[in-house]
Parts: sequence; structure tokens; C-alpha cells
Amino acid sequence: MEKFTQHTGVGVPLRRSNVDTDQIIPAVYLKRVTRTGFEDALFAAWRGDPTFVLNQEAYSAGSVLVAGPDFGTGSSREHAVWALKDYGFKVVISARFADIFRGNSGKQGLLAAQASQEDIELIWKILETRPGTEVTVDLEARTITCDDVVVPFQVDDYTRWRLLEGLDDIGLTLQHADEISQFEETREPWRPRTLPAKHLPPVEIQAARPVHVEIQTSR
Amino acid sequence: MAGTLAEKVWDAHVVRRGTDGVPDLLYIDLHLVHEVTSPQAFEGLRLAGRPVRRPDLTLATEDHNTPTLDIDRPIADTTSRTQIETLRRNAAEFGVRIHSLGDADQGIVHQVGPQLGLTQPGLTVVCGDSHTSTHGAFGALAFGIGTSEVEHVLATQTLPLAPFKTMAITVDGELPSGATSKDIILAIIAKIGTGGGQGYVLEYRGEAIRALSMEARMTVCNMSIEAGARAGMIAPDQTTFDYLKGRPHAPEGADWDAAVEYWKTLRSDDDAQFDVEVVLEASDLEPFVTWGTNPGQGLPLSGSVPVPEEIADANERVAAERAIEYMGLTPGQPLREIKVDTVFIGSCTNGRIEDLRSVAKLVQGKHKADEVRVLVVPASARVRLQAEAEGLDKIFLDFGAEWRNAGCSMCLGMNPDQLAPGERSASTSNRNFEGRQGKGGRTHLVSPLVAAATAIRGTLSSVADLGPDVVAPDGSPLTDLQTV
Repeated sequence: MEKFTQHTGVGVPLRRSNVDTDQIIPAVYLKRVTRTGFEDALFAAWRGDPTFVLNQEAYSAGSVLVAGPDFGTGSSREHAVWALKDYGFKVVISARFADIFRGNSGKQGLLAAQASQEDIELIWKILETRPGTEVTVDLEARTITCDDVVVPFQVDDYTRWRLLEGLDDIGLTLQHADEISQFEETREPWRPRTLPAKHLPPVEIQAARPVHVEIQTSR
Repeated sequence: MAGTLAEKVWDAHVVRRGTDGVPDLLYIDLHLVHEVTSPQAFEGLRLAGRPVRRPDLTLATEDHNTPTLDIDRPIADTTSRTQIETLRRNAAEFGVRIHSLGDADQGIVHQVGPQLGLTQPGLTVVCGDSHTSTHGAFGALAFGIGTSEVEHVLATQTLPLAPFKTMAITVDGELPSGATSKDIILAIIAKIGTGGGQGYVLEYRGEAIRALSMEARMTVCNMSIEAGARAGMIAPDQTTFDYLKGRPHAPEGADWDAAVEYWKTLRSDDDAQFDVEVVLEASDLEPFVTWGTNPGQGLPLSGSVPVPEEIADANERVAAERAIEYMGLTPGQPLREIKVDTVFIGSCTNGRIEDLRSVAKLVQGKHKADEVRVLVVPASARVRLQAEAEGLDKIFLDFGAEWRNAGCSMCLGMNPDQLAPGERSASTSNRNFEGRQGKGGRTHLVSPLVAAATAIRGTLSSVADLGPDVVAPDGSPLTDLQTV
């Protein structure tokens, strides 16, 4: 993972609350087996709307997303973080993040910076009054600077340390492989194991066949 | 020291206690894997030359992408096919047990774990899927993880985790007839909000929760994530033990006795402190339905679409305006007048045998409203077999419904089961997000009973709307459906 200390880039005001991960990246884009190349999928349903913020020239090269509260709710799909990163975002700012999204961001080097809703409203005003304004996010000092506004943000100490150092979680954990082995010695013998496999007798499953149904959408 | 259920399970899994802001390293007892969130994790292992540490604590199944028709033929969608074939290759390469499409143990991962008896009280269970919270119904600490964490668990069988806060949600009293566990959880989400559970493990307790069957408890825990919580739990009791006894991977003989003895200790101590306590009265609950585009935007079915001008909070008002527009509704419109195009009965929330039985009981001998299409999708192939053994498939087909093979199906529309733009569904699934069931699709989340009544009438309906003297065709009162 790349080290993250400070980032400056165009701020993008996303005045929506409860932006769930189905909005960040719809399920149809989750069929890929790669970890990159998701930039076209970001906010796919909204990108067709010419008034959508990323379709406006001044914001299109943005790298700091300033969103409403409860960002990243719903599905655990890490593709949401990959899509944001692939598009070019380095930081997402919100008053509240869903837990899984926040965790996924930390693993992937995308900074999920939690600021107060009042401060976000201030930043929104600046970004909307002067589209293209840059925002500086300083992880060392935990501050967001936008024009003459400087506000604090929160990020947990452990995630901050890992981002600053650019550390890989699995490598960190494997330093404690001995302790994991010791723990495994103490596990009760009746705890379940998937192997060797046990199950009810195999039975043949009949394939369901299509029936013709006409869909008439009512109002 | 007095502890909550969640704290007890947590403490029993600490491999390494963190200090100075470093999280605890927790051991994972059971890792469930599906095709969508795992390919990049296996690729990461391959690139780093790492094996799967404990294939014997790992289980894979195919569910999100799988078609529910023509499952004996090649999957038509090539990207779906590639993803499923990738999982099969990864399982073979890394020695992971897999239940593939066409196998009797294939199905939605959150049904497969419990039905095999792998999901047990006191375990830590993870899966790259937010509805892993389902397994908390057994008193397991179960939560969804991202793909980086999937790779982490595959490589180390552990996860570094920051501590959760705890919230007790007590549901007192008795559910009225026609209300179900789905209505309990929808009411909880509407009460605490979609962000209300953020950072918390919820523990559901109280008389109404104790009265629920194991499957109904799974429905409640399943949607903990819709309240923003990482996990939801219910202390194990005789209902739990009875469900597990005799299942393929349940302990046997002396092991069973030892396990039960331990499981009985898995309850919050009487003087345990929760960070937050919420209380609901079950007898106040009615069938619930969502009107908007997040699961917190729900109301009793007797209500009306909200009028945004009457909402005080500015963010909520804007969200309601957007939702009403997307859903094609009118402020003030009675919910009961909303016509639907499709009824979807299935998913990890409500695709289990009890759900199918309750629907069958209501629709037996009736025919669906002409203009409505009805999809019944069992959560697993075993559920399908069980339903067929009971003749439920015939009841659904006579009703005019489609009887499909198992999978996630229209819950998230990754397979061909999708809503068309503008199409409206009453769905027993868990998310009503914009486009969740298909681009432009409109979703109302409901219980299986409301889904069945809606399929009969064509508009959002409860059992009570079917008439004052409604009884099951076998003459039994419908009140016994309430534990579903």
C-alpha cells in the first residue's frame, strides 16, 4: 500500500445522505474478477444525468469527495472503494461512514475522513460557490483545508498509522503466526470443521424452466 | 466481571490483545465464501504465494450470480459464468470445499451454513457479504467483511478488529396476528435509523424474540446491517439447540453435551452494561412496509406516503423528496393503494422453509392477481427439495407463481431475475435501494405474509385485508403464522 501523508485535489460536493454501496457501484459491475478497472462503474446510475456533479467540468477531475452523512451503507462490496480509487478519489469526507465501508477504505489506502456535518456544510458552500476549489487533507495533522476554512477530522489511530506507514495488514498479522498456532491448540475439539464434508444424501435437483410472463408496468 | 453475549464471544477469540489503539486480533471459526467477493482475494494469495491457512474452516458456495432457471445448461451471461468458474478453480487450487450449482447443498451462503449445522453458538463467523449478520441468530458473532479482509482471513484465519459497542434491543410482549419477525426488524430499523447501529453489535432480547423460531430469528439478525450495525445476536436457547441437533456438522455424543453446556453460558449477564438500550412493544407492531429507497424509510401498512414538507430534519426531507420521486409515489397516498407489478418471495432474509410454508398456507386454493408476476425462489436447493416434499411447489404453481431454483436472485439482480425500469415490487428481501433489483426498479420491502396477500390482491396488503374471517384452507387460524 502507498503511504498517505497529505493530499491536495479538487473537492467534489456530493449533497446526498445515505449513499449506499449499490449507488457507488451497482451489482452488475461486480462480476469482474479483477481488482482494477472499475472507474466507469462509479455512481453508474447517476453518471447518465448531465446535472450530476461529476459530469460538470470543474469537478470531473476531483479527488476529494465531500459527501452527506451515512456514506457507504449497505453491501460489503469492496468494489465501492476500488471504484472510487480507480476514478481518482484519494479521500472521502462524511459526517458518518458505514462500518464495513470505513474498514474497506483503510485496507485500500482510501482515506475516510469523518468531519462534522456543520463543517461539511461550510466546505460544500465553498465548493459550490467556486467550483474547482482544491481541498487539502493532512493526515498527520488531521485537518481539512478548503480556502480559508480549516476544520478537523477524525480517523482512528490504527488506520492513521497504517496509512501513514503504508503497511499491509496480512504481513503485520503474519508476524504473530506463532500466537495464532498457540491459540489453535486451545480450541475445543467439537468446534465445527467443514472438512471432511458431512451432508445429507445427495439428491438430484430438477432445473426450473422459464414460463412466458408479460410484464406490464403499472403506474 | 459481568459481560454481554457479544463481549463473551469476543473474549473467547482474542489471539492477541491490542494496546495503544492497535486492534485485537480475533480468531475466526468459520469463513464462508461466495463467487462475488472472493476472486480478488484468492488472486492476492496467489501473488503473495500464500496458502489458505485453514481450508477445514472454510466453505464456498455459489449464490449471487447463479441463474434460477435452466441451471443444468451453461450460464448464458459470460461474465457471471467466468466469475463462477473462477470460484470453482480457486476452490480446487486451494483445497476449499465448494457446493456448486446443481449440488443439493448449493444455495445462499447464509442458509447453507445453518442448514449444514456449521453455524453454531459462540462462533466467530465471517463472509464477504454484509448479511453474514444472519448467523448471529445462533448466538454467533457474525459479520460481513470486504475482499481485503476475505484475503486476510484466508491467509491467517484471523482479523484485526476494533472493539464494537453494544446495544440491547428488547422486544417485549407478543406479536399480533399477521405481524412477523420481518415486521419486528423493519420497525426497529425505522426507529433507530439506517445509521443507528453504526459501530454496534445489537443483541435482540425479550419475550417476543424468545418466542420466535430459529428461522424467524435469522430474519431479524439478517437485517441488522440495514440498521448500520456490524452484527446482531440472539442468545442461544432450547430453540437453537433443537434446530442444530442432528444436523450434519452438529456435534455428536459427548461432544454435543460439552457444546450445549458451553452454549448455555452464552447469554448476557443480568448486570451486564450495554452502551445503549432500546425497547419496543411487540403488541404495537403491525405489518410494515417501506415506501422509500432506504430500509429506514418504512411505515405500518395502514399509513400513507410521507409529506416531505412535514419532515423537520432538512437532510431527511431532501432524502424523502428524492425517494418519493424515484418510487413514483404521491405524498399522502395511502400505502394500501400502491399497485405492484412483481412479488418476490425469497432471499437470505425470507427464503427459508417456514417462509415458504406461511406463504403457501395463505395462497393455497387461490389465484394471484392477474397483472402481477410472482417469483418464489428458495434460499437453498435443500429448501427447494423440502418444499417439494411437502407439496408447496404445487400450491405455488396453482396460484400462478413461478417456482425457481435456489439463489440470491431478484434480491440484488446480479442474475437475470431483475425488475425493468419503473417496475414495482413487493419483495421479502432486505434492500430497497435505488436500482437494487434492476436499474430503475422500485422496491417495497415486506414480510412473506404481506407479499402473499399483495400477490392475491395486486396492491400492498396485509392478511387482514383478505377479509375478517380469513383462515387457512385447512381450517387452522392464521395466528400461528406470527412466529415466522
